[in-house]
Amino acid sequence: MAGKLLLIEDETNIAEAIRFILSRDGWVVAHEGDGLAAMAAVAREKPDLVILDMMLPGRTGLEILADLRGHPGTACLPVLMLTAKGGSRDREAAERGGASAFMTKPFANDQMRAAVRALMDLPR
Amino acid sequence: MPISALTGTRLRERRLAQGLRQADLAIAAGISPAYLNLIEHNRRKVGPAILSRLASALGTDPAALTAGAEGTLLDDLSAAAAAHAGLAELDRIQDFAGRFPGWAALLADTHRRAEGFSHAVEVLNDRLSHDPHLSASLHEMLTAVASVRSTAGILAETEDIAPEWRAKFHANLHEDSERLAAGAEALVAFLDGAGQEPDRGSASPQEEVEEWAAAGDWQVEVLAGQVGRLASGAAREMAAVWLAEAQADAAALPEAAFRAALAETGAEPLLIAARFGCSPLVAFRRTALLAGSGVGLVMCDGSGTMTFRKPLPGFALPRFGAACPLWPLFQALSQPAQPVEARVRMPGPGGRRFLTRAFAEPHYPTGFGGPVLTRAAMLIFADDAAPLASSRVVGTSCRICPESQCPARREPSILRDSGG
Repeated sequence: MAGKLLLIEDETNIAEAIRFILSRDGWVVAHEGDGLAAMAAVAREKPDLVILDMMLPGRTGLEILADLRGHPGTACLPVLMLTAKGGSRDREAAERGGASAFMTKPFANDQMRAAVRALMDLPR
Repeated sequence: MPISALTGTRLRERRLAQGLRQADLAIAAGISPAYLNLIEHNRRKVGPAILSRLASALGTDPAALTAGAEGTLLDDLSAAAAAHAGLAELDRIQDFAGRFPGWAALLADTHRRAEGFSHAVEVLNDRLSHDPHLSASLHEMLTAVASVRSTAGILAETEDIAPEWRAKFHANLHEDSERLAAGAEALVAFLDGAGQEPDRGSASPQEEVEEWAAAGDWQVEVLAGQVGRLASGAAREMAAVWLAEAQADAAALPEAAFRAALAETGAEPLLIAARFGCSPLVAFRRTALLAGSGVGLVMCDGSGTMTFRKPLPGFALPRFGAACPLWPLFQALSQPAQPVEARVRMPGPGGRRFLTRAFAEPHYPTGFGGPVLTRAAMLIFADDAAPLASSRVVGTSCRICPESQCPARREPSILRDSGG
């Protein structure tokens, strides 16, 4: 069975592109654009991997990451953080918060596919 | 009189400059040549009595041999040496300062300037990395670029893409390229503005609006047609808000009736507000912004940040950072709805005198559920005829204020004289 990803990203065009490339790579991709609804989407979709944008309306990616790590069911869920600034401060904060990997915008589609494959191979 | 280890070196320089032999000077000063030799090589401290005799034998003032600023110079030289650890002979620093006072002062000054420059670079760097407009523009562009890159990659790499997906991605590309174009324009406008006018390189949208409004003498009728002259989008937005408020003010206090009330009450914004049933702050703004009023106005929000500045000659308003905490404006801010009137004068012998009237008012833009915001305003009237004793000293901001004994001082002044 193909793995399931949840993409939490408010930029529609980026979300559509990511969804397209990862779907074609064999993954089932769900999408949530609202930071406030992110935790509910995780509970509903029960993904094997979350791709989480840093800047979201409502709540920041860091807050959502902290929530995920704080819940027993999602504490070990692989999280790929998307950072637009590539700023070292953002990245350090996400590293401390327990992100599994990072992808800096703008990313190449190959990088995205490789990062997802690598994370999905991780033992859980 | 401080007599330091350097005195001996100076003494020796003086004596040699006058072509005197050590023995001759020693005899003239009533000490042994061997003792003078020890003094000259800084091996013995010289007491005030002997120093005085040596100085008169050399026809000089004892102070010239002990020089008061020398401690500062040594400190500066030590700091310069510390910045380049290992390069300078620290143990000979006194010798250096004593024998080459000019070169030593030059080195100390150069070091101070270098420190000043590196601080300025830090500040600029900080401003660049924390400028909210720049950061927002860059983020917007990075987001659009991310989308373009990924979408274009899909279109280029996916040979069997379905027509509806292809159409969708083409539409997305178009949309993102528009975003990119707008973002690039905003960025260029930002950087251009900084480059063309170096002295205003860091102008905020607020400053831009204030300069624009001042050029139109703050007259709404004139300025309403000139919003397009503002370079940045943020400034145009702020100008639109300001214009709308000024127009509402003018509607609440129509010019003819307002001028009549002004003539009757004097510039008494509280009485005028009561008569017209409007907020006192409306009357404050009208009083200052009436054509040819000659009245200054500063407004601030609850954090004390100045949100509006109409300067008056002689009452300098700071361009950057916080203002003088002694302004009556801030007293009013701490006691909303209570009028504060104060006569003030700028520091220094020729400081101009002013009458200020300040008032703060809370408002509740989102009702019970929302925050209470406070706004304060201060009218500034020229008042040079006021008696000196009736006014208290206020400044512009600490950095450029000469008032050394001020209890409200936050940071040292750059005007502090070097002796003090």
